Amino acid sequence: MYDFAYHKPTSVADAVKILSEDPDAKPISGGMTLLPALKHRLNRPTSLVDLGGIAELKGVKREGDAIVVGAMTTHYAVATDPLLKQSIPALARMASTVGDTQVRNRGTLGGSLANNDPAADYPAAAVALGATFITNSRRISAEDFFQGMFTTALEPGELLVAVSFPIPEKAGYAKLRNPASRYSMAGVFIAKTAGGVRVGVNGAGPGVFRQTEMETALSANWSATALDGVRQSPDSLNSDIHGSAEYRANLVEVMAKRALADAG
Amino acid sequence: MPQVTVTVNGQAHTVEVEARTLLVEMLREQLRLTGTHVGCDTSQCGACVVHVNGESVKACTLLAVQAEGAQVTTIEGLAAADGTLHPMQEAFREYHALQCGFCTPGMVMSAIDLVQKNPQGLTEHEIREGLDGNICRCTGYHNIVKAISAAAEVMHGQRAELAPAG
Ligand SMILES: Cc1cc2nc3c(=O)[nH]c(=O)nc-3n(C[C@H](O)[C@H](O)[C@H](O)COP(=O)(O)OP(=O)(O)OC[C@H]3O[C@@H](n4cnc5c(N)ncnc54)[C@H](O)[C@@H]3O)c2cc1C
Ligand code: FES
Ligand code: FES
Repeated sequence: MYDFAYHKPTSVADAVKILSEDPDAKPISGGMTLLPALKHRLNRPTSLVDLGGIAELKGVKREGDAIVVGAMTTHYAVATDPLLKQSIPALARMASTVGDTQVRNRGTLGGSLANNDPAADYPAAAVALGATFITNSRRISAEDFFQGMFTTALEPGELLVAVSFPIPEKAGYAKLRNPASRYSMAGVFIAKTAGGVRVGVNGAGPGVFRQTEMETALSANWSATALDGVRQSPDSLNSDIHGSAEYRANLVEVMAKRALADAG
Repeated sequence: MPQVTVTVNGQAHTVEVEARTLLVEMLREQLRLTGTHVGCDTSQCGACVVHVNGESVKACTLLAVQAEGAQVTTIEGLAAADGTLHPMQEAFREYHALQCGFCTPGMVMSAIDLVQKNPQGLTEHEIREGLDGNICRCTGYHNIVKAISAAAEVMHGQRAELAPAG
């Protein structure tokens, strides 16, 4: 790892100020993705701005019909939060399957979403639940936030502060974990919301996407058999040493049925 | 150079580090607490697990400066001053839960966090899931799982002493 300067501001405003003054500074939240990348010398920030000292970035609260989760809330806190377990249990269950205990103790919701790994869990939930991303300067819809592999709408120096998840009528999640990395080979998050059914898919493609055929089928008929004839095309899905596009397409269909069963 | 003040195994230390110094490097190379191991250095194997403010973390994926002000517990801090082992250490010994011992410090630290977070008790399956972040290349895990189960009974006060291994 190259060396860098280290800052630990105590407010979002101070963090944004440091980041705006130095284009090569980077925020660090849990460090579960960033530190391994720095060890590989994949990038070379001049300084790291540790978000760990900013109390306003942590915690889970209800605002109207939505649950707002602070960017620095750890996966463990999401998995065990009583409010989330009661109002969006699928999101809490999903968080309990991210990585392993030690990754969940440090890794954060904000870090995962800002990173937008195609195989990460949260993006599928954010897309399916129709989440709103709250930054230090604006609000961004989930559709606009994710812009393909490891790319988001965040501008340099812009901080993700919190994410607002509208409470669904029902929601479920299922994924096949890669046994070595524990990331998703294919994961499907299904949410039945006031505005219809939304289905988010991770792991299978170059970025999170909505499965619109499944959404149409489930909006017309929310039942255990509704997905029976619905196919996932392998076109544009990932092929790599872990699995072919055809295998992943099949996984999406299987995981969707499991997610539907999980939603109940 | 940045300075970090941390309490390690109950003792306060102020150490000069580089910003990039990992917590595990500070523990091993500066405080000479070499019980915490580095197996992979890629956040996968769990040999480096220590407790930071009571939670198990991979010390190879945490900067020393991020632990400023924290309470850190390593494997060296578990036994009592008179040498009496922590119930989890005692259980690993009694149940033959180690062979080469390389993974053991991390296993024990993860296991203690797991048991403390589950006062309602743990099934065998839950113990196996809970050890997801720790890799052992020797034992095949069976005796590790048995040891954790036995230690949990003592840690939760259901038994005064460890159930003897069969
Ligand atoms: C062994 C292992 C297994 C894993 N398994 C899974 C898995 O199964 N599923 C899964 O989804 N993930 C998995 N992960 C990744 C894990 O969830 C990480 O926690 C997550 O990807 C990054 O979160 P972090 O808080 O650690 O972010 P960091 O590593 O600190 O940061 C990641 C990136 O986001 C930026 N960033 C961080 N916070 C903000 C913010 N508030 N605003 C703007 N930018 C920000 C940083 O600058 C950096 O570029 C795994 C990681 C490991 C090490
Ligand atoms: S050395 Fe830290 S996880 Fe392997
Ligand atoms: S006892 Fe050798 S690695 Fe676990």
